[in-house]
Formats: sequence, structure tokens, C-alpha cells
Amino acid sequence: MNFPLFPPEASKVAQQTDYLYWSLIAICILAILVVFLPIVYFLFKYRRGKKADRRPVHLPEIPIEITWTIIPIVVFTGLFAWGANVYWTIERPPADAMEIDVVGKQWMWKIQHPEGNREIDELHVPLGRNIKLLLASQDVIHSFFIPAFRIKQDAVPGRYSELWFKADKLGTFHLFCSEYCGTHHSAMVGNVIVMPPDEYQKWLMHGAPGSSMAQEGERLFRAYGCSGCHVQSTIVHAPPLNGLYGRSVPLNGGQFVTADETYLRDSILLPAKDIAAGYTNDMPSFQGRLAEEDVMKLIAYIKSLSDTTP
Amino acid sequence: MNTATETVAPLIEHRIAKNYFTEGGHTLKSWLLTTDHKRIGVLYLISIVFYFVIAAIAAALMRMELITPAGDMVTSETYNNLFTIHGTLMVWFFLIPSIPAVLGNFVLPMMLGARDVAFPKLNLLSWYLFNAGGLLALYAVTFGGVDTGWTFYTPYSSTYSNSHVLTMAAGIFIAGFGTILTGLNFIITTHKLRAPGLTWFRLPLFVWSMYSTSAIMILATPVLAMTLTLMGIERIWGVGLFDPKLGGDPVLFQHLFWFYSHPAVYIMILPGMGVMSELVTCFSRKPIFGYHFVAFSSVAIAVLGFLVWGHHMFTSGQSIYASLVFSYLSYMVAVPSAIKVFNWTLTLHRGSISLSTPMIYALGFVGLFTVGGLTGLFLAAAGLDVHVQDTYFVVAHFHYIMVGGMVTAFMGGLHYWWPKITGRMYPEKFGRLAALTMYLGFNLTFFPQFVLGYLGMPRRYHAYAPEFQIYNVMSSAGASILGVAYLLPLIYFLWSLKYGKKAPANPWKATGLEWQTTSPPPKHNFHETPIVDTPPYQYSAEATEAELLSISNKETPYG
Repeated sequence: MNFPLFPPEASKVAQQTDYLYWSLIAICILAILVVFLPIVYFLFKYRRGKKADRRPVHLPEIPIEITWTIIPIVVFTGLFAWGANVYWTIERPPADAMEIDVVGKQWMWKIQHPEGNREIDELHVPLGRNIKLLLASQDVIHSFFIPAFRIKQDAVPGRYSELWFKADKLGTFHLFCSEYCGTHHSAMVGNVIVMPPDEYQKWLMHGAPGSSMAQEGERLFRAYGCSGCHVQSTIVHAPPLNGLYGRSVPLNGGQFVTADETYLRDSILLPAKDIAAGYTNDMPSFQGRLAEEDVMKLIAYIKSLSDTTP
Repeated sequence: MNTATETVAPLIEHRIAKNYFTEGGHTLKSWLLTTDHKRIGVLYLISIVFYFVIAAIAAALMRMELITPAGDMVTSETYNNLFTIHGTLMVWFFLIPSIPAVLGNFVLPMMLGARDVAFPKLNLLSWYLFNAGGLLALYAVTFGGVDTGWTFYTPYSSTYSNSHVLTMAAGIFIAGFGTILTGLNFIITTHKLRAPGLTWFRLPLFVWSMYSTSAIMILATPVLAMTLTLMGIERIWGVGLFDPKLGGDPVLFQHLFWFYSHPAVYIMILPGMGVMSELVTCFSRKPIFGYHFVAFSSVAIAVLGFLVWGHHMFTSGQSIYASLVFSYLSYMVAVPSAIKVFNWTLTLHRGSISLSTPMIYALGFVGLFTVGGLTGLFLAAAGLDVHVQDTYFVVAHFHYIMVGGMVTAFMGGLHYWWPKITGRMYPEKFGRLAALTMYLGFNLTFFPQFVLGYLGMPRRYHAYAPEFQIYNVMSSAGASILGVAYLLPLIYFLWSLKYGKKAPANPWKATGLEWQTTSPPPKHNFHETPIVDTPPYQYSAEATEAELLSISNKETPYG
């Protein structure tokens, strides 16, 4: 019988987290000694009936209290900064990350690769590449948890969240849903499979989906009639989508908003929420008509437009 | 504090037959319609033991299920119901009322030298509201079940769950009013009914902690009531508050829920800290070191406790900057707790330390609460919390605080005041045995869960990956020992009611006002209104030792 103490350590963030964890354990052991050694010593020395000097002494109360208030504050501030530093790394995906879309639903993870490959409860990724997951949920809150990378992020219905990692170890690792999501919560598990880049390419080819996410999105763009208004030649006045992604968009209210995935999603499902400056609210909502995966495909298409046209 | 009452002590012994058991009448009606704070405390004790037993059985069934990785003993639905029963009953129907409504009700007015709380009828109403809520909650879990967990996260609770969510929420809503009224009663009692000479800085530290707890009860509980109401409104009428499909925001629920529930965590530990200050001083025969710092650290915890709720949400998608602010404040709320531990430790210096049962619980509290507090430092570190959030690490952490801390303090306090409450002594040897068994069983149950959590086992999992089994087996084995440790006091306390040695007025020679009257106390607590002219905890280790030397009898006072 073996007693594992750690999950596999398969990313740099995992190393950083473990380093902080070990340091905290060391600090705790020190703190426990500081508290418990005097207690044990006093218990022996001043046990009732044992001869000892019990004359009341006047200890300098204020300096003592200030000392043991300041020391924890200093130590805790340091720990805060360290934890904040790790958090900062975890929460901000690098710009060059490859994006994979994830939709959680009771009780499975649906995953779409940019090339169009789809899988359920399995996530194949190449080694050594920054990967950014765009998380959505189509029902309740789930949480995408990969212990080997020491990261998790809630998939919240109604919005997108992001999670990034860079695997530096080959292998198959646990994937858990860690936010309670109903009856079969504990069955909402799967694997993350880290492969050498060339094998990942082979795996993508083997899946041979026929069309990429963006191409699928373009098909939906026409099928749902989006092109009827959003293509430049049409008479209906709708904002052009070329080069939209990532840009700062002026709104009717005078504010600006960055056209990220969440903005695009809201514009499709809740068009009345943020109206671009100079336009009226003519667009119908697609809430309930488009599955989460389809919205993600449309967004992939809109993003591909920014790649080609300025 | 005790000079006036010391002289009447012999007189008091003659009136022993007159106490709140005999004076109020023996009928069931006399108990159910009582406005005596002591009787209400006893009623609460009986009620919370009842809910505790049910919640503990739910835990036992979960631990049995988790011995094997496969979910093979009960169905997933049942398992989810079990942890909901365990969480809701333990939090709202055991821990929150445990020390405040049982020990607080019984001793707080006596510590103040008062005849009763400020509003005795309101006090009885609290108990009825509490049980009305509790029975409704029990109805919900018995007929239909609830599967949301105690946290009721939306939109699962408001839209998706098919279980009796509303009935359970209504039960908690109603019981909440009982909590609010108890808090109100304690605050006003402390302000208005202190004995002559009992200034704020002569109050026992238990009163300071109860006062801080009461403030949280009054300020935080209404937020819970509102939040559950909003959840119910969405569930019944489909008004979009939390479900994005209806235009709501699910994370808003978490903000509201934790704005209540994090302060509520302090409702579940501050009273324990108050008991600790009473026990450590009495059983080391020393005045508390740093009285003002211990008193104000309770207040600081109550205030800061309202500003840290976002540390439950580091992975929920809230703003990074918000998370960092919450992370820092969470570290700062740990400072006053650390101050308390240091002060208790130094209080032992040059004391005359007796390892009686209450003191063993008190020392157990320091050990377990310190581990619970230190592991809180792991969770407050935002980057590390991302990994351990929603795993068994969190489960272990809050059990160390709430069970290792609060329940241990409750047991310590119950043993300490048992002679006062019942007029009987419990068997000391069994008391010590139970305290040590509890310490052993607790650590074996919950320490392995830290490792499990770091390995990545999520909480609320009915089935789990095979590599987690060894620690789950250890935890379940520990739970069975813990079960014995909690069963033992139940047996010998009941036994002591009939066969226990008759308790003197002050078996521990403690200085608190509650000890300056007979055991059990008369209906109106004191034969004469006590007058206070000294700070609390006027203990002398030197005098204790000297007195013990002069007594040849092995059966010494002081416990």
C-alpha cells in the first residue's frame, strides 16, 4: 500500500504552487513549535502539586502584545504577496495561448479544438504549448479542475471564464468537476492527455473533422441569418464584424468595451445589453436558439475575420 | 468579586433544595412555557443534541460509503442528501446555537449578576422559532430530501434541483429569527443588566465573546434570510435573479451567501474562544494575560469577519483585484486569533495547572484550533487556494475550526458548567478518557483529509479515484473512534443526573459570579444581588498550592 502525498507535478505553475505549499508547511511547523513547546513546558513545570516558583511576575504586557501582533502581520503580509504572485500568474493567460473551448453540462465536459475536433470528458493537448481554455456552462455552475496543474476555474452559466496552463510532462492526468453540480457530480470526471506536439498533430488529423471551428461558425452565420445584416453590402444597418475582435468598441452610453469573447457572446444572446455607438437595437436575441457550442463556433468565426481584414 | 458572597456561602448550602428545577414546577408545561433562562438553556441543550445525533448519523453513513472508491453503498441521490443533512443540521441547528444558546443562555445572565436575560419571553420565543425551523428542515430531509448542500448555490438550487429546497430554506429562515432574537437579548442584557460595580472591563471574557457573537448574529443573519428569500422567489415565480437564463447572475448569490456565511463562521468559533478564556484561567489559577487584547480581539474578529467573504470565490470568476483584497484581509483576520492563542499560552506561565476534564478539552482546543487556523493561511494564499478550493483540504480545515475548535470548546464548557447546570458531578475518569479519545479520533479522521485535498480529491464526491482510498479508510476509522468519544459523555452525563456526586456551589473554586450561588442555582439565580469590586479571574496559583499543601485529603477542591 502506498501513501501518495502529491498529485503529479506537470506544469511550472504546479511547481510554484508546491513550493509555496512546502514553505507554508515549514512556517506552520515553526508556528506550532512556538506555541506548543511553551505549553508543554508549562504543563510539566507548573503542573499542580509540583514545586515551582509561582510568585506573580509583572511581565511587560504592552510590548509583548505589540510584538506578537506585529510579527504575524509581517509574516502574513509576506505570505499574501507570495500567494498573490502565484495567483497573478494563474489568472492571466499569455497572449500567444492556443484556445480550446470547453462547455460543461450535467454531467460531462464537451471540448472543441480550433481545428474542429470534438471530444467528451477527454482533453488532448500538446506538450510545452500555452493552452487557454474558454469555459462555459449550459446549465449550472461546474468547475474545471486539473490537480496535476494545480489549477481550477468555475464554468459559470451566462458568461465565459478562462483557464490556462502549459503542460511540461507527458501523461494522462485527472480532470474533475469540483463545484457540486447535482446528482452525478462525482461522475463528471475525465482525463487530460498530454502528448508530444507531433503526436497531437497526428491525433488532430486522425479525428479528421472536415471543417474547423471558424468554418463551422461561418456555416452557422449564414444558417441563422446573421449574414443578412452583418455583411457590408446589405441595406440593414448593423455593425461590421471584420477586425472587431480585441478592439475597443464605443457604446451608445459613451463608455467603451473591449470586444472579447464575453462581449461577443452577450451581443449574440443579449443584444440589448451593450449597443455599439451609432446603432439602434434591431437585433433579435438568440438566447435559447443557439447551443453554447454553436455560440463558441460563431465567436471563432468572428475572430477569424479579424485575422484577415484590418 | 467574591468577598460579599463568600460570607453567605454556609447560608446558601442550607437552601440547596430550592433551585430552578424544583422552584418552577415539574410538569412538562412548566418547562415548555418557562421564561427562566436556565431552563431555556437546558431546552436548547436537549434540542441541539437531538439534531447533532441525526447530523452525526448522516456523517457516519457518508464515512461508511467512502471506505471504498466506488459508490456502492448508497445511491448518488442518497449521498447528496446525506451531506446536505449533515451540513445544514450541523451548521444551523447545532453549531450556531451550541455555545450561545445553551451555555450562553445558562451562564451569561449569571455572569452579569442578573436574574434573567432582558427579554425572557423573547428568549422562549427564540427556542420555539429554532425548533419550528428545525422540524421543518427535518421534514424536508425526511419526506423528499434536499440535495443542494448547505450552500444552496444557484442556479442549481433555484432552477435545477428537484428536491425540497424551499422547505429547507424556510426552516433555516425561521430558525434565523430565533438566532437574531437571541443576539438581541444578549446585547441588551449585557448593556442593561450588569450587577453593581460590574464595569465593561470587569466582564468575564466569555461575555465579550458572546457580545461580539451577538453583534454578528444580528447583522449577518438577516442577509441570509434575504438571500434565501431571493432564491425562493426565483424558484417559485421564475423571477430572474440568479439564473442567467432568466437574466440573473449566479455569482451574485455567492456574494450574498458568503456575506452572511463567513461572519457566521465566526458565530461558530468566537463563543468557543470565550469558553477557552474561562477554562484556561480557572484550571491554571491565573488571571488572563492581556485581558484587553483578548477582549478586543473578539471585537476585531467580529468586524474583520464581515470583510473577507470573497475568499470563498477565488475561482468563481470574480475580479482578480477583488480576490487579492480579500486574500489580504483574510490574512489580517487571522491576527486577532493568533493573539488569543498567544495570550492563553502565556497565561499558563507560573500557574498551578490541573489537567481536569475541562482543561484537557481546553488544551485540545488550542491544538486543534491552531492547526485549523494555520491551514487557513494556505487557503488565504490566493494562488494556492486555486488548487485546494472545493477539495477535502477545505473540508479538513473547517472541521478543525468548527469541530476541533467549537465542539471541543462546547464539550469543555459543558463539563465545566455541568455541576452548575445539574447540581451533579460527572465521573472525572470517564471525562478525561472521552476528552483524550476525542482528540485521537478527531485527528485520525480529519488530518488525512488535508493530504486527500492536496492530492486533488474534490469534496461532495460520492465515488472517487482509487489512489485516494487509503486516506479515506484512515478517515473513516478515525470517525468511528470519534463517534465513541461523543457517545461516552452522552452516557455518563445522563448517568450523572441520577448517580453523580452532588456538586457543591463552586466545585472548581472559580471566581465568576455564576459560581457564587448554589448548584443548581435558584430560580432567580442569586439570593442577594452580587456586588463586584474587582476585575475577573482573581486567581492565585501560589495561594492554591499553599492551600493544597495544608489539606491532607486526596479529594481536593479545584477539580
